[in-house]
Amino acid sequence: MSVLNSKSPEGNLAEKWSNYKSSCKLVNPSNKRKLDIIIIGTGLGGASAAAALGELGYNVKVFCYQDSPRRAHSIAAQGGINAAKNYQNDGDSIYRLFYDTIKGGDYRSREASVYRLAEVSNSIIDQCVAQGVPFARDYGGLLDNRSFGGAQVSRTFYARGQTGQQLLLGAYSALNRQIAKGSVEMYYRRDMQDVVVVDGKARGVVVRNLATGKLEKYFGHAVVLATGGYGNVFYLSTNAMGSNGSPVWQAYKRGAQFANPCFTQIHPTCIPVHGDYQSKLTLMSESLRNDGRIWVPKDKSDAEKIRNKQLSPTDLPEEKRDYYLERRYPAFGNLVPRDVASRAAKERCDAGHGVGTGLAVYLDFADAIKRLGKENVEEKYGNLFQMYEKITDENPYNTPMMIYPAVHYTMGGLWVDYNLMTTVPGLYCIGEANFADHGANRLGASALMQGLADGYFVLPYTIGNFLADEIHTKRISIDSKEFVETEKQVNDRINKLMSIKGKQSVDSFHKRLGKIMWEYCGMGRNEEGLKKALDLIPKLRKEFWQDVKIPGTTDEFNPELEKAGRVADFLELGELMVRDALNRKESCGGHFREEMQTEDGEAKRDDENFAYVASWEYKGDNQDPEMYKENLDYEFVKRVQRNYK
Amino acid sequence: MDLKLKIWKQKNPKDKGRFETYNIANISPDCSFLEMIDILNEQLINEGKEPVAFDHDCREGICGMCSLYINGRPHGPDDDITTCQLHMRKFKHGDTITIEPWRAAAFPVVKDLIIERNAFDKILQAGGFVSVNTGGVQDANAILIPHDTAEEAMDAASCIGCGACVAACKNSSAMLFVAAKVSQLAVLPQGKIEAAARVKNMISKMDELGFGGCTNTGACEAECPKSISISHIARMNREFLCANIQD
Ligand SMILES: Cc1cc2nc3c(=O)[nH]c(=O)nc-3n(C[C@H](O)[C@H](O)[C@H](O)COP(=O)(O)OP(=O)(O)OC[C@H]3O[C@@H](n4cnc5c(N)ncnc54)[C@H](O)[C@@H]3O)c2cc1C
Ligand code: SF4
Ligand code: FES
Repeated sequence: MSVLNSKSPEGNLAEKWSNYKSSCKLVNPSNKRKLDIIIIGTGLGGASAAAALGELGYNVKVFCYQDSPRRAHSIAAQGGINAAKNYQNDGDSIYRLFYDTIKGGDYRSREASVYRLAEVSNSIIDQCVAQGVPFARDYGGLLDNRSFGGAQVSRTFYARGQTGQQLLLGAYSALNRQIAKGSVEMYYRRDMQDVVVVDGKARGVVVRNLATGKLEKYFGHAVVLATGGYGNVFYLSTNAMGSNGSPVWQAYKRGAQFANPCFTQIHPTCIPVHGDYQSKLTLMSESLRNDGRIWVPKDKSDAEKIRNKQLSPTDLPEEKRDYYLERRYPAFGNLVPRDVASRAAKERCDAGHGVGTGLAVYLDFADAIKRLGKENVEEKYGNLFQMYEKITDENPYNTPMMIYPAVHYTMGGLWVDYNLMTTVPGLYCIGEANFADHGANRLGASALMQGLADGYFVLPYTIGNFLADEIHTKRISIDSKEFVETEKQVNDRINKLMSIKGKQSVDSFHKRLGKIMWEYCGMGRNEEGLKKALDLIPKLRKEFWQDVKIPGTTDEFNPELEKAGRVADFLELGELMVRDALNRKESCGGHFREEMQTEDGEAKRDDENFAYVASWEYKGDNQDPEMYKENLDYEFVKRVQRNYK
Repeated sequence: MDLKLKIWKQKNPKDKGRFETYNIANISPDCSFLEMIDILNEQLINEGKEPVAFDHDCREGICGMCSLYINGRPHGPDDDITTCQLHMRKFKHGDTITIEPWRAAAFPVVKDLIIERNAFDKILQAGGFVSVNTGGVQDANAILIPHDTAEEAMDAASCIGCGACVAACKNSSAMLFVAAKVSQLAVLPQGKIEAAARVKNMISKMDELGFGGCTNTGACEAECPKSISISHIARMNREFLCANIQD
């Protein structure tokens, strides 16, 4: 088994990043002008990186598939962003944020990287405020905080229920400023098709112009992927319709290793599924768990009456309700980490206590409204309540919300070292697309933090360390052999897809894949199910390549073709997730192997055998991938069984 | 419910475009409007016909990507929501629904219901930011902002850049969109320093890109999914006046 080197700097935890910064190579301003950087993605990761690198003087080209960079899926994040400011004087510190993140991730992330994340978290808040991000304020004019799952301090900064929107608009405004200055060029409605590798280094991309259907090639001395998560492999998720895993999958096939693909976060508070025409699931922010109380009826008979609409939940007396999180986890109560809350909801519903369709539990605000007043609750959560009512036609001020877990985030992603570089030199990966920082489970409000940390404060240093050696590399022509060959391969694949002319729609395949993934590689996983999935997915993939039906042509705006390319990749990526889940015979974080649990149903981690990152290398379409390990030797933190009781 | 749909079809920017009529049956009232179009498209694909192209992404009312002029109203017959949040319970069995793209010179049609809104990005590039580089800024709590000011800025900052205000306006004016950004940054201390240059640059860019003038009809506010108030337009006009007096 080959072992990966994370290239974490030497020294004490608190000194590593400063040591790195003071010793890394720099590129002088006149040389920066000679260097081109390609960034795919304009979410928090991509937009902040593009703005920061543009400011430094590099030539940046940035791409997104939407009609404007402002629409990247980061815009949908609701609850907030963490930072170790300790403005509340409640005992927070950089170390504590670091520790909570490591523990929340069930000890499956890299100490040095997580510490750096906690360290730069405070600068993020300063930066965003300077840009004019309207974070919530208290009556003295100071910044306000709320608490989030997995933490006992209040360290989450927020802008109503639209924190992601405001942070992204901040990064987008910084990006716009660079576009106006000419240091960044923006290419929208472009779908990435492949990475171009020249002499072992990433040197460019092939993208499809979605409006015209034409393929385009671009050169860069380095390429950065900031393309978000691949949760849509499950078909139904809280991700945007266009969120996809294709760019990271293309990179994987060009040699970038894929780490911990099976680590998926199932978010406990989403609006339950209501019909088979459903296209996506809507998240109700975790911040709601600050004030909402989760419960199901204590007696199955009451649950049944509620399901049959013979009983209204508001009429069920207090003593007949089971606030199961408060009961099982008195220390953290409704604020246990997401994986724990999700499994507990599934457990109650599987045991027959579910409400709604049977796959739902209550999130009740009656107490909060009594305690804080309706107005205060509205100020905090107004837009979420409105969103809920528009979808379900029920008013959460009067009747408890119904929620159920749904796929939300992927901790897995391209393996990157401390520099955020993948195993392909010159190819970087930031934001949700990489595997870093969150281990086997991400804490709420930490993805926004990571995206902006990577883009504003980490990549601008680490990419310089690589580019310093590239100042003599001349721009490579897009008519050179490697570019032309890669473009041809992309073209061949598109033509192959179009020539199938089968009978079943792209969506129908996507839905079937999603069902397999949810059933066998979702909230609970076991050997038998995973093996079954390993049999079903290749069959479905084969059927797809024989019978998918894509209308229209290649040289026009063709949304079905766009989706087909993504689903084709999901059909491969899904299989790698299953393989990884099968390999990891332990329960940790979001990965729950049913064979590995304690008597009272808690996850049982196996540090002896699985304290490593599983990183997979592509070996060819008809060959099993090879697993590499990054050992997680903890120097500073002592591993303990997570306990939120 | 069963419905008749009259939908704008246009192959590309050069095509003249026309309405096509489709029938669709058995739609659940809990289905969202875009899911209804998904069902229609699945049906069309199975019949070997061209599906209808439309823009969408988050499907939860925040990315601003969905559009659609439905029965004469941007984002359809419900208040304070985007098209993706519209549900079929707002319609009834037997209805005919007319679906068109946003119509505005500054938003050319790309295909069917998809339009080009890059003009909005260009307006923001002209000044919709605070000129601050990454790093080296002061501590976040060193800038005190009264609670109500932060809330006011947040109200304005809620704009999702969808363009419904332009589509609703008989002059195709982008005043509400521009005013929302000008206002957000003008009330905050961070944005005050550049306020005068900002308002002038953004307004002149807006004019240059072919958006119309504002005649205060208030149609934009009525159709804005985020309830952005036209009082922001009044503030912007004040800012603009002051900026010009300063010259
Ligand atoms: C509903 C919801 C709520 C959330 N709430 C929170 C929260 O409160 N706090 C928190 O910390 N985190 C939250 N998260 C998680 C967080 O929002 C995301 O993990 C994070 O925003 C991801 O940012 P990103 O920059 O990595 O990617 P994204 O924002 O997803 O951006 C991806 C970019 O890549 C581009 N792209 C993708 N594929 C291609 C392609 N094939 N070709 C070209 N371009 C492509 C897209 O156009 C886009 O610009 C939430 C997530 C969801 C879904
Ligand atoms: S002001 Fe309202 S209608 Fe106009 S773009 Fe913003 S959100 Fe849309
Ligand atoms: S699809 Fe994002 S706002 Fe409608």
